[in-house]
Amino acid sequence: MRAALLLYVGAVFVFVFAPIVASVVFSFNSDRFPSIPLGSFTLNWYETAFADDSPIWEAFRNSLIVSVCAATLSTLIGFATAYTDYRYGFRFKAGYIALALLPPTVPLIILALAMLAWLSQLGLSGTLTGIVVAHTVLGAPFAMAVTRLRLSQMDPSLEAAAWNLGASEWGAMRHVVLPFCLPAIISAFCLTAAVSFDEFAVAWFVSGLNKTVPVAILEILQGNVDPQINAIGTVVFLTSMALVTVAQLLLMAKGRKA
Amino acid sequence: MSGNSSLYKYTWRLPLLIWQAAFFVVPLIFLVVMSFWLVKNYRMQPDFVLKNWDKMFSRGYFWDAYWLTLGRAALASVIVSLIAFPASFALAFKVSDTTRRWAIFFLIIPFFTSYLVRVYAWQVILAEQGVINALFGTMGIGPVTMLNSGFGAMIGYLTLTLPLVVILQTFSLAAVDRNLIEAAWNLGCGRARTILSVIVPSAKIGLILGAVFCFILSFGDFVAPYYLGGSKPPTLSILIIDTTKSGQQWPRAAVVAICMIATLFTVAFAAIALAYGKPRK
Repeated sequence: MRAALLLYVGAVFVFVFAPIVASVVFSFNSDRFPSIPLGSFTLNWYETAFADDSPIWEAFRNSLIVSVCAATLSTLIGFATAYTDYRYGFRFKAGYIALALLPPTVPLIILALAMLAWLSQLGLSGTLTGIVVAHTVLGAPFAMAVTRLRLSQMDPSLEAAAWNLGASEWGAMRHVVLPFCLPAIISAFCLTAAVSFDEFAVAWFVSGLNKTVPVAILEILQGNVDPQINAIGTVVFLTSMALVTVAQLLLMAKGRKA
Repeated sequence: MSGNSSLYKYTWRLPLLIWQAAFFVVPLIFLVVMSFWLVKNYRMQPDFVLKNWDKMFSRGYFWDAYWLTLGRAALASVIVSLIAFPASFALAFKVSDTTRRWAIFFLIIPFFTSYLVRVYAWQVILAEQGVINALFGTMGIGPVTMLNSGFGAMIGYLTLTLPLVVILQTFSLAAVDRNLIEAAWNLGCGRARTILSVIVPSAKIGLILGAVFCFILSFGDFVAPYYLGGSKPPTLSILIIDTTKSGQQWPRAAVVAICMIATLFTVAFAAIALAYGKPRK
């Protein structure tokens, strides 16, 4: 019984990781329509996708700018919100927390339409700024959750002790709270960078001519089967998996308990 | 404390309020406002008419898309919950804490890893001349058409939601009081009965939460129905894209979006009532 269940868990993991593995394998495979048996080894798809004049470079540049900016803003807002939740009680706090956590539960396609319409009113549609704004809305809840988890491990008397020893609130923040939260802050940054780097619905609606990588992939997808996607996809997988792995390891590492 | 302290307090409290008000709440309110506007010469004009609502509600294809999307999302939450359950059960009861932690670690990764490319990989794997049909061929079956069908879309929904549902189920199952299970055993409950009348009711909240998240994600997803489900007939998400991208009919797309939000709210509240409601005797 136990063996059968574990085999089943194995099958679930195979299903979950099959497309990722397949994409990496196909990216080195010469066949345009990969099947079994596999064709020969090739770097052709990488050479085509990442040729010097390929539009994908522009997309990677845009994605890099957007994810760094969105991750920075998300992490700042997420930290401020988590600290507020940790330290203060106030009227309508439940509503405040709901507002902080709600955005990822709204379907992206709806958010995409709402963002497109609203950012057009503000004149931000079609700009990278517009995508950053939208991705910060999506990322802040994740950053908040990650930081809040870390803060819940902090002894509330620690900050009070710093005040008693003469530190101002700002001083205690700088010398006690921030250092304690640093792993979570870096973790939140990586995680929200991954969220932004992979987000395609809002980016597609809002981006206009300033495409990010997922939008570029989406547009190639609308054409025919094109193994270039596997080559680009492999790079994208590696990037986001690295970011999410670092984010998780930082959270798992048993930090000094205070 | 002093005025300095309230500066400190609001420095942390306000960023979220300002940002999510300006770029989350207001856009959603604007979505509602916009649904009463009119498009003239490819530009939206402020107005207050019910024309867009009339237009959408009187079209057969809107209602076809609505029931298709609702049906598929409901089916996905049942299927994904059932497929996830044995795996979550094993991870909750049959492995060590360390193994469980690593399993969850690896299930979180795909959730943040390009869904788009994963769906493309399925497109290649499930194609008529793809890997699966090659395997079937050696067994003398097929080729079987798997793409551009409800089955294809379901594979996409599974890809999107299975890891998350397993995680939520595992957490809730692992939190079930072990004494309760032991008591059931001692009182002579068989395995099936222990699971159905002790474990499932105790883990009810997490199981329902998993199904609801599956519903929300599948209901709003456009990638699975578009690239694996064949895009015809369209789901609501595809309808939003078509209406927005061709003809600039943003107000009509807004009508579709508002119907989606209303449906999701109803489902979420019904599920919460079910999850936290009193168990029947």
